[in-house]
Amino acid sequence: MSLLSVRGLHVYLGQSHVLQGVEFDVPEGAVTALLGRNGVGKTTTLRSIVRLVSHHGDVQYAGASISSLPTHRIIQRGIAYVPEDREVFAGLTVAENLRLAVRNGDARYDLVHDLFPELRERAQQRAGTLSGGQQQMLTIGRALVNDNRLLLVDEPTKGLAPALVTEVAKALERIRDRTTVLLVEQNLGVVRKVAEHVVVLDQGRVAHAGPAGAFLEDRSLVHRLLGVA
Amino acid sequence: MSTFILLTITGLGLGAMYFLIASGLSLIYGLMGVLNFAHGTFLTVGAYASWWTSAHWFGGLGVLPRFLLGAVCGLVAGGLFAALVELVLIRPLYQRHIEQVLVTVGLSLAFVALVQGIWGPALRTYVVPGWLHRTTTVGGAHIPNDRWLEIATALAVLALLQLFLRRTRYGLIIRAGVENRAMVTALGIDVRRAFTLVFALGGVVAALAGVLGGVYFDTIDPNQGTSLLIFAFIVVVIGGLGSLTGSAVAAVVVGLLQQYVNYYASSGIGDMAVILLLGLVLLARPRGLAGTFAT
Repeated sequence: MSLLSVRGLHVYLGQSHVLQGVEFDVPEGAVTALLGRNGVGKTTTLRSIVRLVSHHGDVQYAGASISSLPTHRIIQRGIAYVPEDREVFAGLTVAENLRLAVRNGDARYDLVHDLFPELRERAQQRAGTLSGGQQQMLTIGRALVNDNRLLLVDEPTKGLAPALVTEVAKALERIRDRTTVLLVEQNLGVVRKVAEHVVVLDQGRVAHAGPAGAFLEDRSLVHRLLGVA
Repeated sequence: MSTFILLTITGLGLGAMYFLIASGLSLIYGLMGVLNFAHGTFLTVGAYASWWTSAHWFGGLGVLPRFLLGAVCGLVAGGLFAALVELVLIRPLYQRHIEQVLVTVGLSLAFVALVQGIWGPALRTYVVPGWLHRTTTVGGAHIPNDRWLEIATALAVLALLQLFLRRTRYGLIIRAGVENRAMVTALGIDVRRAFTLVFALGGVVAALAGVLGGVYFDTIDPNQGTSLLIFAFIVVVIGGLGSLTGSAVAAVVVGLLQQYVNYYASSGIGDMAVILLLGLVLLARPRGLAGTFAT
């Protein structure tokens, strides 16, 4: 049963036809990794699902089309978006960043602080003064503070030190027990650890979709589609 | 010494009015990216609504209640007018910045013409309580009492706006929106409501500047909003777009500089000195004294 279904997704950025009819499903209760070389449109796919970029095509979430809804209405349906460049509000404190994300009274601060104890310790610190890893924790925490059904997470380990990559991967493993995740990730070690399914983009189209284990075992396919051994 | 004190307090009074106009302008630009050239009309609405209602609705009352009730009506009118401008003229042009500039410039020009058409171009005497016309002696300087009112009002507005920004959910949304509007939307927040609220708030505070402008100059006229708006824009740029504290500091600097230079150098040179200061600040700190954060 898919929670998210993308059909015929086309996105133009200026003169560039970035997504050329992308189609895939995200099964409920699992982590689906969206993979591909740099510039194939992974981030654009996530941003177009929540309509931060305009698109043609249909996006169905929980059986209903969300293609024509404005961004805030899509998010209010239970989708959280964790952007690639963290995008914390630098002038706000950690606590204010989390409070801003709360959509109703049932904020899951305990879960967030359990996953990332540093966010409790640094609650009154300005987010702009946090390290890259701490900012990443805050961005993920902001997405987890509400009881969302779907998380769109864009390269959460990008630019992090190896120890922090492990910490973020552990957090993703714990998240997947509660929430469906569509994860853009370059680190195949993290993908191997957390993802059940993969969707691979190539030149603006889906080149492969299937179980993560089988894909990662097929070295020639991985090399052909991702350019890594 | 007494002259210096008088110039300082007068400069602070003028700076207070600049701040009242600039604070709304700064928040509107910071959050929405709208250069609101119609902001002066909010001031004019406040000034004329308070003047008209105090004469026609509260004419039978004493001077003080007339002034206070008229001022309240001016603030309400300014806030409602600003919200209407956002809903009707700005919202359909969201993210179309050139069209927004054209519309707000057009509204500014049309509104002055409308006011002139209804009440004529002449100055209108603004009735204020007698105490405001008297003076208080400080260090040998006879300070007109209205200066204290202007300074106290600006300080109160600065404190209230800071409280609003720091203690309320909408304040949090505005502070975040000034930094990254798209990300606020991506948290499931309808940022358009914050737009309307910021416009209404800016309208109320600009209308307050209109009332205080009537007190400061003893008169109101259709062009008062436009002429004060120019200096308010300079204050916003010097202070840093989106920063209330930056606007407050810049307003004081601009108000004092105008007064000192006009007296100690030559009358009329004060405005040039302000333009020069603007150029120097832009060269040294292109983002102004503060900027980026709504603080």
